[in-house]
Amino acid sequence: MDLGLDLCGLRLEHPILNGSGTFDAIAARRAFGDELDARLPFSLYVSKTITPEPRAGNPAPRLYETPAGMVNSIGLPNKGLAGFLDDDLPRLAALPVPLCVSVMAPSRDGFGVLVERVAGRVEVAALELNVSCPNVHSGLIVGERPAETLALLGSLRPLTDKPLIVKLTPNCADPAAVARAAEEGGADAVSLINTLRATALEPRTLAPWLGAGSGGLSGPAIRSLALDQVRRVAAEVSIPVVGMGGIESGADALAMLSVGASAVAVGTASFRDPLAAERVRSELAAALDLRGLSGLPVAGLVSTSS
Amino acid sequence: MTERVLAPFGRRRCEVVANRASGGYRIVSALDREGPEPRPGQFYMLATDRWGGPGGRPYLPRAFSVAEVERAGEGVRLDFLLEAVGPGTEALAALREGEALAITGPLGRPFSALGELAPTAAGAILVGGGIGIAPLALLRRELAARGVAQRVLLGFRDRRHAGGLELFACSPAGSPGGRAPRMSSEVRTASEDGHTGHQGYVTDLLAVLLEGDEAAGAAVYACGPPAMLEAVRGLCAAGEVPAELAMEAPMACGFGSCFGCAVPLRGGGYLRLCVDGPVVGADRIETALVAGSGH
Repeated sequence: MDLGLDLCGLRLEHPILNGSGTFDAIAARRAFGDELDARLPFSLYVSKTITPEPRAGNPAPRLYETPAGMVNSIGLPNKGLAGFLDDDLPRLAALPVPLCVSVMAPSRDGFGVLVERVAGRVEVAALELNVSCPNVHSGLIVGERPAETLALLGSLRPLTDKPLIVKLTPNCADPAAVARAAEEGGADAVSLINTLRATALEPRTLAPWLGAGSGGLSGPAIRSLALDQVRRVAAEVSIPVVGMGGIESGADALAMLSVGASAVAVGTASFRDPLAAERVRSELAAALDLRGLSGLPVAGLVSTSS
Repeated sequence: MTERVLAPFGRRRCEVVANRASGGYRIVSALDREGPEPRPGQFYMLATDRWGGPGGRPYLPRAFSVAEVERAGEGVRLDFLLEAVGPGTEALAALREGEALAITGPLGRPFSALGELAPTAAGAILVGGGIGIAPLALLRRELAARGVAQRVLLGFRDRRHAGGLELFACSPAGSPGGRAPRMSSEVRTASEDGHTGHQGYVTDLLAVLLEGDEAAGAAVYACGPPAMLEAVRGLCAAGEVPAELAMEAPMACGFGSCFGCAVPLRGGGYLRLCVDGPVVGADRIETALVAGSGH
């Protein structure tokens, strides 16, 4: 079955991406060798978020297992813009699929520098704007406010013709309003959901377990919530929506597509099995086939009523 | 010994061929028909079909270094030493022969060869604590096959939290070349309750060894709980003895993607234990007291 699609001008072989920060292709090459490139299960590779300056990340512990999920407070460790462009970009450019670079800065100007420098590289096909990460206290959680999101897009949109994908946070009253603002500001697509703000306690002392105090919840525990937010956002914008949140199977991916997502990202499931996304894709193809569908898109073709 | 063996990409299912009690621990054996032979110190991410049981845990796979390896005709038998202390290890401990063990691996950086860790060292001292004795069993066999003189120091909390000693038996089956090597090592034990060997810490034994003449020509390989590793690190730093520590940290993926297993580096920054370790030069880290390990 041909699962190919066009995602804001990018021709993708199938609709399964990775969530930013859930699959480090450079480290995975060290573990799995050339097989990583030969079987990369994503049609678009989304990088870990890059910030203007290097970041070491948050103190340990950074993880806490929950029922059907996990809380993380990693803290966006990365080499910074210069380190990324020099060290990581050439290695990510060698992947067999287009590259989307996730960027985040504490200011509009900082975002502007990132977008100009990253988008200026021919190896980069698209950018994801991380306006929603709950782990870093930037002082400005743009993605919680439609007006801030609109203003940010207003300053970034003129800087590049490459697709800008806005990663939405679930930690706000009305994600669809932020999505509408992103669209109005010229975003080419939105992706959601990021992790849900969450806390874990050390069972004996009842002190915060995570080194950073709190973190973000991911995994199947958030799937139903993610599905609802994707459904509501997709109903209110006309740009493509990349849906994610607890995707573990072809049935999960089909559900996301059926409520209006154009593509689906696998995140936490890759931690459990680095090839989880390959299984999601093959199960999705089988599920479409079973329903007599010959490919994408499926929104509107699969009933989501009742 | 330092070259890591690469893992097949993706998780695969192996058949559990044995699960036996060993003191207070279990030794779970699985037949891996697709993977390579791991190096001592490398680890696997493990899960079972009973993952996500009552209460929705375990969810993430669990990291275990391999304790013993035997090349079988149709694959490689992997032995994992574990103690049932939480939902993940309880599910692993409950595996029955014929059931499936889901594995990703071998992963991580193995122990260095003695000549690389300490070019002038005449012998190796292996220091293990509790469940952390596992990777030293495989290391000991490999060092013995190379004719390296060894001393093996194994420590346990008490009788209930002890086991796996048969992994250090003199003639384990299935050694390289098909014949059991003569072991050149001396295994000594310690326990906090005195049920075996020296009553006290295994690092008491190490301290005595390092005070003797052998310290000058030795290198240390250690694996165990954070407090033990930190004591080993301190003793080796004081005695200027080269050492490698096989460490543990909370880990979701095992292949460098989750950034959960960060260990602070001496001089700033972090290493990822899954791809930069789990075997780490003792002089690279600030402390072996990793927050959140053992959870």
